[in-house]
Amino acid sequence: MAQRGIREHDAKVMLAKYLPDYIDNFSYEGELALVTPDTDLEALAAKYPWLKKKKLVVKPDQLFGKRGAHGLVLLDATWDQAKDYLLEKMNKEVLVGTTTGPLTHFLIEPFIPHAQDDELYAAIKSGYQGDSIYFSMAGGISVEENWNQVTKIEVNIMDDIDDIDLRSKLPSSLGDRLDQVADFVRGLYRLYADLGFAYLEINPFIFEDGRIVPLDVVAKLDDTEQFWQRETWKDLESPEPFGRALSEEERYIKDLDSRTGASLKLTILNPRGRVWTMVAGGGASVIYTDTICDLGFGGEVANYGEYSGDPSTEDTYEYTKTILDLMTREKDPQGRPKVLLIGGGIANFTDVARTFKGIVMALEDYRDRLKEADVKIYVRRGGPNYEEGLKIMRRLGERLGVPIEVFGPETHMTRIVPMALDEGM
Amino acid sequence: MVEWYKLFDKKTQAFVYGYQVNAIQRMLDFDYICKRDTPSIAAIINPGRAGIHKVFWSTEEILLPMYRTIPEAVAEHPHVEVMVNFASYRSTFEATMEALGQPGIKTVVVVAEGVPERKAKIMTATARNLGKTIIGPATVGGLVAGAFRIGNTAGTLENIVESKLYRPGCVGFVSKSGGMLNEAFNIVARNSSGIVEGIAIGGDRYPGSNLLDHIMRYEANPEIAMIACLGEVGGTDEYRIVEALKEGKITKPLVIWVTGTCSKVLPTSVQFGHAGARADSYQETADAKNQALRDAGAVVPVSFDDYGDKIGEVYERLKAEGRVKDVVEPEVPSISMDYNKAVVSGLVRKPTTLICTISDDRGEEVLYGGKSLSKVIEDEMGIGGVIGLLWFKKELPSWASEFIEMVLQIVADHGPAVSAAHNAIVASCAGKDLISSLASGLLTIGPRFGGAIDDAAREFKRARDSGLTPDQFVNEMKGKGINIPGIGHRIKSVKNPDKRVELLIGYAREYFKTTDLLDYALQVEQITTAKKGNLILNVDGCIGILFLDLMNSCDGFTEKDVESVVELGYLNGLFALGRSIGLIGHILDQKRLQSRLYRHPQDDIAYMLPDPVSTER
Repeated sequence: MAQRGIREHDAKVMLAKYLPDYIDNFSYEGELALVTPDTDLEALAAKYPWLKKKKLVVKPDQLFGKRGAHGLVLLDATWDQAKDYLLEKMNKEVLVGTTTGPLTHFLIEPFIPHAQDDELYAAIKSGYQGDSIYFSMAGGISVEENWNQVTKIEVNIMDDIDDIDLRSKLPSSLGDRLDQVADFVRGLYRLYADLGFAYLEINPFIFEDGRIVPLDVVAKLDDTEQFWQRETWKDLESPEPFGRALSEEERYIKDLDSRTGASLKLTILNPRGRVWTMVAGGGASVIYTDTICDLGFGGEVANYGEYSGDPSTEDTYEYTKTILDLMTREKDPQGRPKVLLIGGGIANFTDVARTFKGIVMALEDYRDRLKEADVKIYVRRGGPNYEEGLKIMRRLGERLGVPIEVFGPETHMTRIVPMALDEGM
Repeated sequence: MVEWYKLFDKKTQAFVYGYQVNAIQRMLDFDYICKRDTPSIAAIINPGRAGIHKVFWSTEEILLPMYRTIPEAVAEHPHVEVMVNFASYRSTFEATMEALGQPGIKTVVVVAEGVPERKAKIMTATARNLGKTIIGPATVGGLVAGAFRIGNTAGTLENIVESKLYRPGCVGFVSKSGGMLNEAFNIVARNSSGIVEGIAIGGDRYPGSNLLDHIMRYEANPEIAMIACLGEVGGTDEYRIVEALKEGKITKPLVIWVTGTCSKVLPTSVQFGHAGARADSYQETADAKNQALRDAGAVVPVSFDDYGDKIGEVYERLKAEGRVKDVVEPEVPSISMDYNKAVVSGLVRKPTTLICTISDDRGEEVLYGGKSLSKVIEDEMGIGGVIGLLWFKKELPSWASEFIEMVLQIVADHGPAVSAAHNAIVASCAGKDLISSLASGLLTIGPRFGGAIDDAAREFKRARDSGLTPDQFVNEMKGKGINIPGIGHRIKSVKNPDKRVELLIGYAREYFKTTDLLDYALQVEQITTAKKGNLILNVDGCIGILFLDLMNSCDGFTEKDVESVVELGYLNGLFALGRSIGLIGHILDQKRLQSRLYRHPQDDIAYMLPDPVSTER
């Protein structure tokens, strides 16, 4: 439930399909071909004859920017050159910013020669009061350097875009293209508002034979619009951010999450880290991880995640097993202990004892491995039936021979964090 | 009229939009322990149904009116200023906008999660233009201690008592997260005299009211001496607080912590639980916001871990300055435990009125005699197998369930003229519905119609069990002047045998371990057919007798089981079940034919009344 990026390919397909509905005399063919590791290139060329007829641009389409600066854009290429390039780059690991990941998706489009001076910039961004439209004559890669040349037009949420005189707000230096650009921006805004966009950036767009052509597009959708956009979004995929290929365990929890009514989340940050958390509730899980970082142990945080929404005993059992398995796979190379924080605030209506039963079952399964990995466990939780839940945990400690410290609402929510970091590590 | 800085007080009454039975009861329970004079809910708005809803007010039950639409509720309860909107994300926008359009409604709480950003912004702008307040979307709401609780805020009553929310303290609290509201109430209660008001604005990117809106209300509220707040990574809401601090608009001590400081160690792509919790620039990080707030003069802890300590320090300082006092605890009325909860906790028990030993629909899947329905289908148990589970509580061997299915086929129909079919047809022709017509037919099954199966089983079993030879049995029955049930046929005879009987016997001989009773019956038949050719073992008798042989051939049936089958009329059940197939066929047949009302021809009735009696005196 948040804003999410979509592929440039999909964004352009939407522009090609819907923009003509919003702008008179507007046409954009949307000659676009998406290449994935499974694409049969010859079949693709048969499907899109322009691939063999036109000069091409090939670029990764995986929700990251500055592709040119990373040397990942092939320009003015023939089909054979494009194929060679794809064969070379497909599935290759690259470093983008600080993230490394494989290249898996590429967008191929016709190459349109143009001068850098002709690159224009338009973007629409969502804000508290409404949306902001940004426009610049100095588009392209240097738009940020020339931010002072960007025109910002505020569209209040209660305003009708048709009542805004875009013509007078756009730079007059557009000259005889002013009307055409104003119509384009207006149409773009209406598409953005109608089709559930939260961010839409075209940088640059150019004029080719008097027609506007978007060259690079970045788009985010407000995914809570799904219900209303089920027709217009039906062909969209929701790609994982670049470099965030899920690990086996993360995928397992994601599957589990989608199958139950409860919310189960897991991100593995550093499998060698010695501080593991299993926290109930989204708000509390952030705060536990915060506190570990604030107390100087950010480098030891192994995972981030949460379980909430009244999970069944089965759900917490599976979730706990996944974490215990990861945490006890190897001992700390320096022989230091590890800690597991089973934390949470005061639940509204979740039966604490019931969720703890699943956790206890998993801990029993992993008894020997927990001992071997020298794990200490700290528990803090409140809410319905918490006394019973804490009692179950205390008894488990005696039975298991693994140190378990157990606290309720009388102890500050995160107090087990400094305790664990002081004593446990 | 409530002061502007108070959204709710001890007299506030709200509409609850959506039939949220639990939340409604929780609000009223809170009212009761707060010793409110009136319930905090004036009416329920339920688009699905108008009428009344029964709730507990302590242990008594009272009625809340329920309306289909907001305008109807407003017309009846013009004093109501608050609507707690539980509508789903799909319809919450329309309900909220309609509520905002009512002049009397000043505050709308939007509980739904997943409201589109554009819709949220329109709701917010509309409310602001009208000088109204929205709390949410995506929030549990909040509460005013001792006065008003929004929906499910603060969880169980135990927790409300634990965090002393039944009476005001001196702290105004606001956070984004509703999930952390309980914890915050706990922290505040343990480190100060407690909460006056606590609100969760919701975790969305564009909440209807923001942190500062509520902080400014707390600043103006003389009951509040200090303010506590939890912010969140992402967005720039906290910078409004920084500005207000710098401009001297917040004079009361403000203890604030922005959560999400760990975002720096997480990959940028990790979305925290809340839609708004994502930093798009350094300015939006928790670290930057905490620093800015600290610089502007707020009390900002080092980490969340000393958040409670900071609240405690400020409270102690205010107490030392004489600005706040510890609260004298009022007596808190206790609320009876909900029956269902007491059952779950094992605190009460009650005798049950009914017992069921054949099926169970309480779990994820219905059980037939201990076996899940999907397993029944998977194992291809068939109708016979299902009858085994539900009638006999046994998994019958497949030859036995196939025999039952054979019987069902045999008894399914016997033409339109027999009692049951005739009755069903007459009822159907009279325009009665399928079920009534079926019942009309079934009601004829008894001692004279269809009962022969049961009777034959009973009589032959009795005769054999009491050691009568076939001869003795026949003579005994003759002596009593009773026809032997199961013997005799209108048309069929020794020379013209009944094909159905042959099939049944053939099957039994092949699959049954024992056919003792059948053999006995055939000996009886030899005697009776010697007297008259049509006194053969008929199909009803054959079924009844073979059924007892079937039970004796299966492991697990005791003599007592066999007796109860005869005694309880299981075999009539078999007949009724099978014959229903035919009856339904006849009823549908008449309906398809659009048959008219049936009237029996008068010339087919012998009218034989007593002689006319003179009425003249």
